[in-house]
Amino acid sequence: MSVVPAEVLPGAARADGNRADHGPDTEDGGRAVAVLGPRARLWPALAAVYRAQLSRARVARIPLLFVATFQSVGIMVLMRGVVDGGGEARAVVAGSSVLVVAFVALNLLAQYFGQLRASGGLDHYATLPVPPAAVVLGAAAAYASFTVPGTFVTAVVGSVLFQLPLTHLWILVAVVPLAGAALAGLGAALGLLAPRPELATLLGQLGMSAALLLGVLPPGRLPTFVQYARDLMPSTYGVEAFARTFGPDPDWAAVLLDLGVCAGVGVASLAVATWAYRRAAVR
Amino acid sequence: MCAVRDLTKTYPAVRGRRGTPGTPEVRATDGVRIDIRRGEIFGLLGPNGAGKTTLVRQLTGLMRPDRGSVEILGHDIVRHPERAARILAYLGQESTALDELTVSLAVETTGRLRGLDVRSARAERDAVLEELGLSALASRPLKKLSGGQRRLACFATALVGARPFLVLDEPTTGMDPVARRAVWGAVDRRRAEHATTVLLVTHNVIEAETVLDRVAVLDRGRVIACDTPSGLKEQVAGEVRLELVWRERAPLDVPEVAALRDRAVESGRRWSLRLAPEEARAAVAAVTGGAAFAALDDFTLATPSLEDVYLALGGSAGSVRGLVKT
Repeated sequence: MSVVPAEVLPGAARADGNRADHGPDTEDGGRAVAVLGPRARLWPALAAVYRAQLSRARVARIPLLFVATFQSVGIMVLMRGVVDGGGEARAVVAGSSVLVVAFVALNLLAQYFGQLRASGGLDHYATLPVPPAAVVLGAAAAYASFTVPGTFVTAVVGSVLFQLPLTHLWILVAVVPLAGAALAGLGAALGLLAPRPELATLLGQLGMSAALLLGVLPPGRLPTFVQYARDLMPSTYGVEAFARTFGPDPDWAAVLLDLGVCAGVGVASLAVATWAYRRAAVR
Repeated sequence: MCAVRDLTKTYPAVRGRRGTPGTPEVRATDGVRIDIRRGEIFGLLGPNGAGKTTLVRQLTGLMRPDRGSVEILGHDIVRHPERAARILAYLGQESTALDELTVSLAVETTGRLRGLDVRSARAERDAVLEELGLSALASRPLKKLSGGQRRLACFATALVGARPFLVLDEPTTGMDPVARRAVWGAVDRRRAEHATTVLLVTHNVIEAETVLDRVAVLDRGRVIACDTPSGLKEQVAGEVRLELVWRERAPLDVPEVAALRDRAVESGRRWSLRLAPEEARAAVAAVTGGAAFAALDDFTLATPSLEDVYLALGGSAGSVRGLVKT
């Protein structure tokens, strides 16, 4: 079927065959070094990965998002009988809203990267001249975006349920991406580092359970050592920032500080995820 | 254009856990030396586990060799594995990264990740889909396509954002003849216009025979032969292949048939023999005349194909005896 013999092609060097015997160390100065193809730059590559990942949402992610939202709403309904308004109600609503982010960004992203790594799908990205950060950030940003509607629905339902003001719900615009970055980075790192996809799924579920236990339950009722664990969970700071805004006169400096911590953890966890990607791509 | 020297990779032994036996240390590529010339279609042929995929992973920068060198178009890929992505396009066996995307988006995204801007990525996408006859499927997700169509869509992603070196791991698996022609047509156009070089990993010996300029046969991590398909076939020239199919079982009471048995590779009712031409003639005379004929269902006599070479050289691990005259 092949109609073009190699000899007639432009630049087809028959001499190659002879030179082959000299070994690799004969760098004859005349040998042409090919110009490398273009490299994909960070932002365009990130945008391309983001768009591709977002398009996957239409197929499979929307039902899962419903699950995440109903789960959080269900938890709030359950907690209504336990907490008695005030600070605890704020913590429950904020925690449940951020839980949607944790479910999608941490749990689902860990599963996605775990499966991608195990099935050899990472090879596709690894053989493209794309910065690792673009793949990780693009996927993480897409997964964090899936969570936006669910988080808002949960927050509104929760506020109505516990008679909290809807005034400052706009803070979610900052909370979702920052908590999302922190949790998605963690999820991607877990998925990429887990030696087997089952373990990646398990780690994602564990992270999700931790977010549930440490984020939703009012901190005052937790034992001391669990409270320390709570401080280690990146989503906690998002929850705290959000919970503060329900107050009659929010302490904006504290909100900003919490969001700052969230952003810092986000940068760190995305950096770890990028490192994990490099490690998983070249074995 | 692509020079591989003394490439060696050993997978460490895995200690058995409870209930599962461990696996010993495996040398997946063992001192591999290959020279691929510009503009040729170079094949890697070999049985499963021969080290083809390991070799390709080392050429594409996906795996670091224990020792040895890989030089592609003047670039040292062992020292700078990240450069591989800027010189070559790789079509792996897995499509999981693309499965949920539409054909159109998969190709466009891959083009953008190969450094094209949005406009040229879209232009190349349309051109490649048109060239491969995929335009009608452009808006379907890869997951929903048949195996061959999905493979063709993945091949399209390898073509977008042209590279001078294509590394294709079994590109035509599951494809119908139309799709195969589209693949080899696209490859030939790129060879004629840009002198694109192709490294093809394949199991399909018939395809290898028709499309390859040269082929390296791998067995247990070593290159055991490297030549043109016809050059390899010369190594087994002078012998012919005789296939006998018995109705129920071989009539071993016939002395001529009993004598042939030692030299036959049996699989069920089928015997496969490699014989010198005069021996084959005698054997055919023996089985088509007399008592043996009643038991014979079918027979074929053929000159050696690349498949015989493949089995003879690469099949040492199996039950098929070698054909090569030493």
